[in-house]
Amino acid sequence: MAEPITIAAPVAQTRPPSRVKTLLTQPKVLFGGGFILLLLVIAIFAPLIAPKDPLEQDLMLGSLPPAWIDGTEPGYYLGTDDLGRDVLSRLLYGSRIALFVAFVSASLAALIGTVLGLLAGWYGGWTDRIISRIVDIWMAFPPVLLSILLVAVFGSGVHSVIAAIVIIDWTRFCRVVRAETLAQAQLDYITAARTVGFSRMKILTREIFPNIVPVLIALVSLEMGIAVVVEAILSFVGLSVSSDTPTWGGMIAQGRQLIHHTWWLLVAPLAVLFATVLAFNQLGAGLRRALDPVMRR
Amino acid sequence: MTDALLNVTGLSAVSDREGGLPVLRDVNLSLRKGEVRGLVGESGAGKSTIAKAILGILPRTVRVTGGWINFKGRDLLGMKPPELRNIMGSEISLIPQDPQTALNPGRRIGVQLADGLRLKRGLSAKAAEARALQLLADVQIRDPDRAMASFPHQLSGGMRQRVLIAAAFAVEPELVVADEPTTALDVTVQKEILRLIRHMQEVQGTGVLFVTHDLGIVAQICDSVTLLYGGKVIEDGPVRSVLENPQHAYTRALIAAGPRYDRPDAGLEPVPEEVFRALRQEIGIR
Repeated sequence: MAEPITIAAPVAQTRPPSRVKTLLTQPKVLFGGGFILLLLVIAIFAPLIAPKDPLEQDLMLGSLPPAWIDGTEPGYYLGTDDLGRDVLSRLLYGSRIALFVAFVSASLAALIGTVLGLLAGWYGGWTDRIISRIVDIWMAFPPVLLSILLVAVFGSGVHSVIAAIVIIDWTRFCRVVRAETLAQAQLDYITAARTVGFSRMKILTREIFPNIVPVLIALVSLEMGIAVVVEAILSFVGLSVSSDTPTWGGMIAQGRQLIHHTWWLLVAPLAVLFATVLAFNQLGAGLRRALDPVMRR
Repeated sequence: MTDALLNVTGLSAVSDREGGLPVLRDVNLSLRKGEVRGLVGESGAGKSTIAKAILGILPRTVRVTGGWINFKGRDLLGMKPPELRNIMGSEISLIPQDPQTALNPGRRIGVQLADGLRLKRGLSAKAAEARALQLLADVQIRDPDRAMASFPHQLSGGMRQRVLIAAAFAVEPELVVADEPTTALDVTVQKEILRLIRHMQEVQGTGVLFVTHDLGIVAQICDSVTLLYGGKVIEDGPVRSVLENPQHAYTRALIAAGPRYDRPDAGLEPVPEEVFRALRQEIGIR
């Protein structure tokens, strides 16, 4: 009937490279990730690294300029504020709150948003309608005002800041994950999985979810950048942690008032904030490229 | 009829999206164990709808209005989802149309192959992996080790289709539904894939329902053929008798329309308009 088979079998072209290796070839991942890693080390070991106590006041040494400008004291590399506290040490300590808020709030927002987004995109119908309407309503609130309102209700403090960010920003994850789930669900491999007899839940967790992870990782990284900014905003208006804990936002608020004669008090925390958010964004973009097997082509 | 594997009886369906337009009209077809049956028709003839109805993956807009799909004495249409899931991927499996999208882009080939084996045959992770490796060798992929560790986009279209064939035959099903498995491939690869399906089917004694629009493919691989138009069976019988002695004017016109490699100057006659008109009248399409 059928002829005997003599087929020149094709060969897979390349052995797939390991994920770690692909990651490290991305300059964005290297720079962004490197900076965040450095910041993480600084945050953890701040007491060992900081040259001075960030809270120690010395009015005799107030408003010292940074080390490269005349009229400074040795040991105060970025100068001091009007109360004589060391700016560099305060910046280093400020990274603790910033990173803690960034990691915790982005992870929690991702968790809530992803679960709801997956359910909405996959099960559709009423599940989708309810979740999507909630997201629509949520996004109609101005985020900064809402966060200030939330922190005012919860009372200030780092946990309130985290709660406010999670409550506001889970919608970002929900929307993207839902759209991505819808797109994946159209593809043939989902139909194929259904014909194998996998249950709907299993298809969602084993087939769809892994294909959403690259997008998710990029989003989490971006969200961390956003969370750093939101925390700075709340510190700026004095609604974050108490004022004796150094935060970048608090330093910006303080520096803003003295911009005309001690400009470094504003510029130093702004620069650090800027670099941190940029690093998170770069890391997110790079991870997305490196992890998505389709984009890697 | 003792060795009948699949009996579709009086199957009718309508599409709600198109205002209740009938997409299947009283379709009968049967498949014996180890038989390869071609399901042929133009786009919209209902061949894919039948395949989807058998696999239980009809879109929500298509509604079955009558008939039975009898698989080994059990009616698939009346089955509850959990029962159906037991049969799908175990006794019935699918070779999908497009190898570009039918594999999960985010997971390695080996894992995807092993999944079904673990779920349906209860193999351990290790045993499933060994079996997956063996299957890749069975479908003549050279260096199966490498293929196991690859992501789908790292393989060519032909290789991906081989992987899908391996996946379909992995659980040694009794019925394989092949949904135009060669349309997305170029012609040279097509022939190899057809031979491979025929080979796997002969080794395992599987019944295959082969959906295609190409009578040339039917002639190569099928034992029998069902020809559809407008959701109705036009002609049905062993490949030889249908192709050599077609009963219906539409079948004759279709065969005449196909390219003839032995006589390149002949063939490629479009199906005449009056044949279509008569056909539409016969079926009852306006």
